[in-house]
Amino acid sequence: MKGLLAAGAVIAMLLLVNGLLSGGLLPGVSMSPYILQVLCLAGINITLAVSLNLINGFTGQFSIGHAGFMAIGAYSGAYFTVTFGDRLRSIFALLPEFGRESVVLLVALSIGAVLAAIAGFFVGVPSLRLRGDYLAIVTLGFGEIIRVFILNIDAVGGARGYGGIPKLANFFWIYFFAAATILVVYRIVHSSFGRTLVAIREDEIAAEAMGVHTTRAKVISFVVSSAMAGVAGGLFAHYLMYVHTNSFSFLRSFEIIIMIVIGGLGSISGSVLGAVLFISLTEGLREFAQYRMVLFSLMLIVLMIVRPQGILGHKEFVTFLTKRRRPIGGAPGTTGT
Amino acid sequence: MMRLRILAAVGLAAVLATTLSCGSKGSQKEILIGEYGSLTGGVATFGISTKNGSELAFDDINQKGGILGQKIKLLVEDDQSKPEEAGTVVNKLIHQDHVVAMLGHVVSSHSLAAAPICQAEKIPMISPSSTNPRVTQVGNYIFRVCFLDTFQGAVMAKFAYDTLNVKKVAILVDVRSDYSVGLQTFFGQAFKKLGGTIVTEQSYSQGDSDFRAQLTAIKGSNPEAIYVPGYYTEVGTIVHQARELGITAVFLGSDGWDSPKLWEIGGTALNGSYFSNHYATDDPSPVVQKFINDYKAKYGQMPDALAALGYDAARIMADAMTRAGSTDGAKVRDKIAETKDFPGVTGSITINADRNAVKTAVIVKVENGKYLLTESIKPDAVKP
Amino acid sequence: MTTFLQQLVNGLSLGSIYALIALGYTMVYGVLRLINFAHGDVYMVGAYVGYFLSRRLQGGGPSLVSALLVMLGSMIACALLGILIERLAYRPVRREARLTLLITAIGVSLFIENVAQLVFGADPKFFPSLAPRADFIVAGVRLTSEQITVIVVSFLLMLLLRFFIMKTRTGKAMRAVSFSLDAARLMGISTDWIISVTFALGSALAAAAGVLIGMQIPKIDPLMGIMYGLKAFVAAVLGGIGSIPGAVLGGLLIGTSEVMVVGYLSSTYREAIAFGILILVLILRPQGLLGRVQKEKV
Repeated sequence: MKGLLAAGAVIAMLLLVNGLLSGGLLPGVSMSPYILQVLCLAGINITLAVSLNLINGFTGQFSIGHAGFMAIGAYSGAYFTVTFGDRLRSIFALLPEFGRESVVLLVALSIGAVLAAIAGFFVGVPSLRLRGDYLAIVTLGFGEIIRVFILNIDAVGGARGYGGIPKLANFFWIYFFAAATILVVYRIVHSSFGRTLVAIREDEIAAEAMGVHTTRAKVISFVVSSAMAGVAGGLFAHYLMYVHTNSFSFLRSFEIIIMIVIGGLGSISGSVLGAVLFISLTEGLREFAQYRMVLFSLMLIVLMIVRPQGILGHKEFVTFLTKRRRPIGGAPGTTGT
Repeated sequence: MMRLRILAAVGLAAVLATTLSCGSKGSQKEILIGEYGSLTGGVATFGISTKNGSELAFDDINQKGGILGQKIKLLVEDDQSKPEEAGTVVNKLIHQDHVVAMLGHVVSSHSLAAAPICQAEKIPMISPSSTNPRVTQVGNYIFRVCFLDTFQGAVMAKFAYDTLNVKKVAILVDVRSDYSVGLQTFFGQAFKKLGGTIVTEQSYSQGDSDFRAQLTAIKGSNPEAIYVPGYYTEVGTIVHQARELGITAVFLGSDGWDSPKLWEIGGTALNGSYFSNHYATDDPSPVVQKFINDYKAKYGQMPDALAALGYDAARIMADAMTRAGSTDGAKVRDKIAETKDFPGVTGSITINADRNAVKTAVIVKVENGKYLLTESIKPDAVKP
Repeated sequence: MTTFLQQLVNGLSLGSIYALIALGYTMVYGVLRLINFAHGDVYMVGAYVGYFLSRRLQGGGPSLVSALLVMLGSMIACALLGILIERLAYRPVRREARLTLLITAIGVSLFIENVAQLVFGADPKFFPSLAPRADFIVAGVRLTSEQITVIVVSFLLMLLLRFFIMKTRTGKAMRAVSFSLDAARLMGISTDWIISVTFALGSALAAAAGVLIGMQIPKIDPLMGIMYGLKAFVAAVLGGIGSIPGAVLGGLLIGTSEVMVVGYLSSTYREAIAFGILILVLILRPQGLLGRVQKEKV
């Protein structure tokens, strides 16, 4: 009951903020569309970062192919909306405009999530048998293969990009799903399944010896993570109205990695922090765009030398405020041999 | 712990400061016109030339007093030769810098990415040199001052078949580019209609640097000419590698070749090649020569077709605003649509009902770093 | 048939480049169990150093001597760069978790690429002609002097490397370190020095590859290392990571298959080939063609 009330409150608040920002509620009070865009991109980044952290941070499996699942979600959702969106809209003609658009968006996102999850399964099963660095390269490879295949599909624009996607995603939906992602990952992590994942991260062989189905757990975590990346991709496509496979290269995967590493692998609030920091610096430094990546890469190197666990490490933001909750997984990461 | 909190707070403050500090440019007394182009990356010379041309035009106009009692200020944004960046910078120009009109893009893929945004925001957009037909089909706020690829492809087909007497052509297309793929189709259709054969079609992606596999395959099919409707960076490398592989066929191209860098990249391998273009620098007409002199005086180099088109597009935009008597999007749009017989550097420009310009094309020959006017082909000479 | 043979030659010359780069990956992985993501970027720096050197020497006209000087200069410069990277970025984190090392490597790679874009400019540059041009036609197949140079020089360098590894004391020490770092140290080998030598050698070879590609293509740009580096890594894995002959074999195979697919199928699948092969190898035979199976210890 408490959960439902809280959820309702969050949704109401998001709707309010959305109304304010788009100028729908109080005429004359609205935010510059440019800042709104930055906020929305931040929201999508949060979803990406938190979902990647589930597999990289909590399960300790280093995947650098996240952009591939984002691409699947983006393209499949966009294709659905462009091809079937109008038909669906007419079926739900009784609803107000907002309702009809939301229905189309939700269906598109679901399709994206499901397809991304399936892809996650087919990538995960063979890859997750491999160890650390090999897993990283294989996921990178899969991400690129997905990108190349989409590049060759003419129906979604192929190498020229896919445009004409109606702008169905807005502040409300983006942050709704960001919040939902955080909630889902939080619930997973604080469950006994979550402890399994952390056990795998800390010492996979020991976990296996203790009777944990490591491959099954890893694959489940991977599939969930990919599905959420698919949702983020769908939101991305329906917000920018144009997608190009260039936006889903391994550079994008690296960017998400930077976000979660800076924030702290194994910390949900760390990922949120990392995502926000990343987009703020990106936009803030737009004047000096060519120094942006130099700065980020330098930050990454220095961070790894000085504080490899990132800003928040394995702790959550609340730990600093209440000092009561114990961090998941104990002290920051052990060294491997 | 405390240190960390202070660090975090400082970091967040810095981040917020940088974000909120990006305000808009331009004072109230100016007309802000935006231009998006590729100033860096593989097609950088296009963006730079177009920018130079537009700036030259607006500087001229400003020196004569501006329009509607105000000076024009041109705000240029770089999309780094990436199509997905085109949408982002156009958004910024419209929403953050509050431009009233848009110039751009050269590359059709980028125009296609940004046009829906301009259309939705009712900002009139004039593309100086996007030649793919789909660009102006996006909506009634989108115009262009150059010819279409349906025409350009047919022009080269006619030249190859009638003038060069070539009956067997191979095509090497850039699959990353709407422009290239479009020309492949239009050239192919026109050439076959004239009676020629396309012996093989190979592909590459913008950004590739090794074309020997495709060129070897082309060599095996024995073409008399090879049509490469791509952009100068790859074209130069392609022709260079082709000559090394012993390919002697004549190379044919399109306006994407037009760049001072083409010769730098391809070198003597390019001698004897032809490409279709919007204007030629050795055109004796006084309008052209005056433009060339002004441009050389200001920028120290010979203007290419992109610069000329950038110049014409800018002048037409200013002229439309003058005729409309305002910078209101809808009014300006209407006046652009009514443009008739505008004396451009690239020819007399009339905007037709499809928001395209109907103009003459020229074929230029590449000879020792110069592009020499070889033939002029009028629209009615070619039935696409 | 001539087309096929020509494509084969194209494939071999491309494959030699991959092989040279792959050698660096395989050696570093052998001693440090680290995938040096930045290796592809060292190759890129090698190409640029070669570019600037050859512009300096251009006055004398194309000659074999100037080509050799350029290559040597580039190799030395990149050997130093490799040692620098190892010292500044990898050594401080050598004892950390694998993940940390990997992230550091990614960071170094991104750093070099973006600094290069700043310093050299993001627009591509074009290598001036170095060696005198002469083509040979054998059985209808045209071998350009550049292609011959690439294949011959790569082959020579690989032979030199093999000699060094097998017949010298330092080479023996390298093999010992790749077998077991701690045991080698216990045996009195200065592991830090050996690791530096490994990086230096690998980087020098990558630089040679960069110069050779510059002479061949001739386009170079700051991001050229990414794809070439990744594919070279795939080549190393295909041949068996840690195995030097494996890296060579892998490189040649990847180069040839790529050229064949592009020539006979479509160029748009070019990138997917290498990764497809990688996935197949890792699923079916993770130790690669010539590698040994590695048991994971508790």
